[in-house]
Amino acid sequence: MSNLLWNIGYPHFLVLAAVLFLIGVVGVLVRRNALIILMSVELMLNAANVTLVTFSRMWGDISAHTFALIVIAVAAAEASVGLAIVVAVFRGRRNVEVDRLNTLRH
Amino acid sequence: MEQASHTFLESSSLVWIPLLPLIGAFINLVFGRRMPRWAVYAVSIGAVALACLVAFYQVFGPLLSTFRAEPETAGSGFTQILYTWIEVGAFKSQLAFRLDTLSAVMIMIVTFVGTLIHIYSTGYMAHDPRYSAFFGYLNLFTGSMLILVLAANMPVMFIGWEGVGLCSFLLIGFWYENEAFATAGRKAFVVNRIGDFCFLLGMFLLFWATKTKFGASPEFGSLDFANLRSPAVGPAYLETFWGGDRLAAAAAIFLFIGACGKSAQLPLFVWLPDAMAGPTPVSALIHAATMVTAGVYMVCRLSFLFASSTTAMFVVATVGLLTALAAAFMAFAQTDLKKVLAYSTVSQLGFMFVAAGTGNWTAAIFHLGTHAFFKACLFLGAGSVMHAMEHEGSATPGDIMTMGGLRKRLPLTHITFLISCLAIAGIIPFAGFFSKDEILGGAFGVEPPGWIVWYGKLLWAGLLIAALGTAFYMWRLYFLVFAGEGRSEPAKHAHESPLTMTVPLIILAGFASVIGFVGLPHFEHVHLPHILADWLEPAVTAKWNPEGTEIERHASDATTAVLMLIALLVGASGIAGAYLFYGRGPSKTVAKLVEGGLGPIYNASKHKLWFDEVYDAIFVRPFKVLARGLFEVVDRFVIDTVAVNGSAFVVGIFGRMSRWFQNGNVQRYLVGVVFGGALVFLVTDISDCRHAATFEYKLVGNQLELHAEPGDGVEGATAKIYWDLDGDGEKDKDPAKPGELLDKRDVTMAGYSGPITMWVADPITRKEVKVTKTIDLNVSKGAK
Repeated sequence: MSNLLWNIGYPHFLVLAAVLFLIGVVGVLVRRNALIILMSVELMLNAANVTLVTFSRMWGDISAHTFALIVIAVAAAEASVGLAIVVAVFRGRRNVEVDRLNTLRH
Repeated sequence: MEQASHTFLESSSLVWIPLLPLIGAFINLVFGRRMPRWAVYAVSIGAVALACLVAFYQVFGPLLSTFRAEPETAGSGFTQILYTWIEVGAFKSQLAFRLDTLSAVMIMIVTFVGTLIHIYSTGYMAHDPRYSAFFGYLNLFTGSMLILVLAANMPVMFIGWEGVGLCSFLLIGFWYENEAFATAGRKAFVVNRIGDFCFLLGMFLLFWATKTKFGASPEFGSLDFANLRSPAVGPAYLETFWGGDRLAAAAAIFLFIGACGKSAQLPLFVWLPDAMAGPTPVSALIHAATMVTAGVYMVCRLSFLFASSTTAMFVVATVGLLTALAAAFMAFAQTDLKKVLAYSTVSQLGFMFVAAGTGNWTAAIFHLGTHAFFKACLFLGAGSVMHAMEHEGSATPGDIMTMGGLRKRLPLTHITFLISCLAIAGIIPFAGFFSKDEILGGAFGVEPPGWIVWYGKLLWAGLLIAALGTAFYMWRLYFLVFAGEGRSEPAKHAHESPLTMTVPLIILAGFASVIGFVGLPHFEHVHLPHILADWLEPAVTAKWNPEGTEIERHASDATTAVLMLIALLVGASGIAGAYLFYGRGPSKTVAKLVEGGLGPIYNASKHKLWFDEVYDAIFVRPFKVLARGLFEVVDRFVIDTVAVNGSAFVVGIFGRMSRWFQNGNVQRYLVGVVFGGALVFLVTDISDCRHAATFEYKLVGNQLELHAEPGDGVEGATAKIYWDLDGDGEKDKDPAKPGELLDKRDVTMAGYSGPITMWVADPITRKEVKVTKTIDLNVSKGAK
């Protein structure tokens, strides 16, 4: 255990990324609040970023950083649009529970 | 005859005879509903009248002059070939029409009587809303019959044969709102189909018989009447077939069954009495001009075939006699005006078939012609009577028991009906006398080879009884309708029908009086012209094939005279008997007899010998049971339940299952995606894609070059590679850096034989993979 603590290596980052991703997945799957779901999606995107950067360092190849930066930019855009929608929906309906936004289903 | 087939005369206007009524039918059926009444009348009457003019022109123009010049050629007549209709292998059939002396007689009857009936119909159907359809069907009927009689070969004849069957169905069931009438139409159609099927079989047999003779390229087609008639084919008819009899017997009997269906002969006559359901002009058309005469015409047309087998002739004559007797018997107790006439038609057709069966073709066609006139007159007269009765509000306009005394109320109808009754009873000089006498005399004197000697006399005696019956029931009808006093209110106030109806009656009655003179009786010492016999002679055969003996009816003048006298007496006594019982309306004597000993006979006649009931029990009911079973098992169970509902059920189950998944909840879908993706990773075997740690070696000159392959994954990226190159089992030191282990991917060393070990060590996980290879330079020189 002490080894694990002192010798932080690539696996640690990968495991962290996996854990973050899983939290994100579970959040998307089980939560009903659109805001939380958006946050979970951000988590998953950042988990991917962590993985990208880890592998980039592992292979000594800088190109994966580019992807990570693009992902951050996309995530920012996505968050702004998503939050705008959530706010708009909240104004109209006073709630953002996704399973109650089912008008188009019928 | 073979030579004659090359000297056929061409004609280009024959096709108009059937085509004109067909065009009329087309116009009336397609545009009739938007046309005013007068236009519909004009088109339909005009079409038939024009066809009649063309027919008379053709007969009295070119055909008559040819007949005068070369009688033999006139028997083959004029041909018009429109185009080759079917050509398959040895079979060739052209759409061709032929006018010879036999079809000339027929087209004159059909178009002339048909025109009169069309004119009459304008009065009779004046109040019917579906007049355009009616006149369209009438035209189609006439056109089909004209195709039938003008056909130059059997397939074309079959077009007309089917056409008249279809039209009879349409017209008998014309008032289809009435269930019974619609059923009568269906019955006519189904019974005719039975005959048509046998007609087809007969046709196939003829083709089979003649195909060897006309295999290559017949001039007109293998089923052309001229070819069938030619002496080259004659022997084919005489070959044995099935049970040893001649092929002609089988073919002729099949064709005769077809004729039985069309001409209402004994087992298949049941549709004709029911055919009274149609409007009366239709009955007149069916009974006089079109339809029922088709069978007789066909037998005469194929006289050479029928005469080739005395067995077939025997069958034809016997069926004809039995039909004549049975129908005459059934007519006794009928109380419906048209039904009596229907049975009289069946009976008269029986006479014609006896004539045909005794080789007396001329008499058959003669009687067909005279019968066409007086029977059309009788039917149209009956229509006039019923029209008058109906007009006065009679609920049962055809019931003769409610009539009586109509001679004063309907004088024109009465006089024409009287003439026709005299004609059908065979009273001189009206038409029926001559034709019926010729049939009777012909049957008396005929002795075909192979027949029992006295069979002709038996036919004669049977026909005499039928003739007696005919005279009796026809005059019973006459007395009940016209004599005495009216027995119901409508009968007392009936009015004469309009001129459109009475004028055709007068014309028909006129012909019924005089048409008999075209066939005066034959005496050896007094020469009387028999125009019809001379006219028909080239078209029908005069020999019993193949013996080549002439068909003879030898009778001395005295015998002929006596026979005529007997026939006349029989007719007169029939009339006298009818006067005795019915002269002043339905007499009490009859009622007493019916209630007494004659009851069973009366019932048998009234129920037409229970033919319908027997057919119902033997054919109709089992068939219905079979149909019901098929419906329940095949239709309801196999198709409906298993095939249709079953497949829908299976699809439904899958649909319900997939609906459970597709519930519109996106998060639920995501669960599926995530778990599905995870599952893919779990079940995928990636071991093949993985590279295990190893190293390669290569001998270059004296040097051994080693190259490490650390394998995949984290291990590979950051691994340290240690070597044991001297085989001592320890990791070697790096000679360049004392104190440290050799850590290189690529190592070069001097030639060496022995074990080399490589370690791949992961500094993070502290895992070590050890690979050892033994090198033997002597064995694997130049190998890896």
